[in-house]
Amino acid sequence: MTPPPPLVVGPLTRTDLVRYQGASGDFNPIHHDEPFARAAGMPAPLALGMLQAGLMASWATGWLGADAVRRFRVRFAARVFPGDTLSCAGEVVRRYEETGESRVDLELTCTTQAGTVAARAWATFVTQGAPT
Amino acid sequence: MVDTQALGATGAPFEMEIERGKVREFARAVFSAVPADGVIPPTFLTTAFFWQHGDCDPWERVAMDQSRGLHAEQEYVFHGPPPRAGDRLTAQSKITEIYTKQSRGGGTLTFVIMVTEFRDMSGRLVAEARQTGVETS
Repeated sequence: MTPPPPLVVGPLTRTDLVRYQGASGDFNPIHHDEPFARAAGMPAPLALGMLQAGLMASWATGWLGADAVRRFRVRFAARVFPGDTLSCAGEVVRRYEETGESRVDLELTCTTQAGTVAARAWATFVTQGAPT
Repeated sequence: MVDTQALGATGAPFEMEIERGKVREFARAVFSAVPADGVIPPTFLTTAFFWQHGDCDPWERVAMDQSRGLHAEQEYVFHGPPPRAGDRLTAQSKITEIYTKQSRGGGTLTFVIMVTEFRDMSGRLVAEARQTGVETS
């Protein structure tokens, strides 16, 4: 099981943030309203942590399949803004059998172009029938 | 300031239909290939926002200060293959944990966890979402 190359997205645009907000239903203005974001002390609209979560999940499902995921946990670590380029990837940290299924646990990171870890994730996938 | 009385608060159940167009829209927004079989992306259940009215969301009861609160962690658990387009789910949210920790700087961090359970039409638990928020003192 060789992981695919990282999913690289960016430089992020305000449009990327708005597209995710529309798709998710989270319309917090700090993610699109420039005056609101600046009044809250941000240099620009703040990227959504859940967008970073979704990008890491997309890297993993692109490899192991969307129907094979059984657990996905994300912890947010640093702020991301438009102009940042995000790189998402991970590695298998454990292989095991559970309830008759072959499973793998992954650890993933979403890293900015500056090398800052913006978010980390932990995922479990079923690997029976998945690409090796 | 977090209201610890919110522990155990439960929202009204709500229905959520997994719609093919919303799955495609979400997949594009997270730079994912659109699954031909309509299986949701792993974080898609965040779109439960669209299906809730005020009584469904017990997070309101927590009264976390928005200027000092943030979304620290999010988890999804699937008890089998994730839902797909055409599925109709019933969901319900509950505040399951409120606890404090000392921060490295000596302040108090208050953590709040809300779990949303998603069941299929037969009542089988198919997925859970666990949201962790934290408020700094």
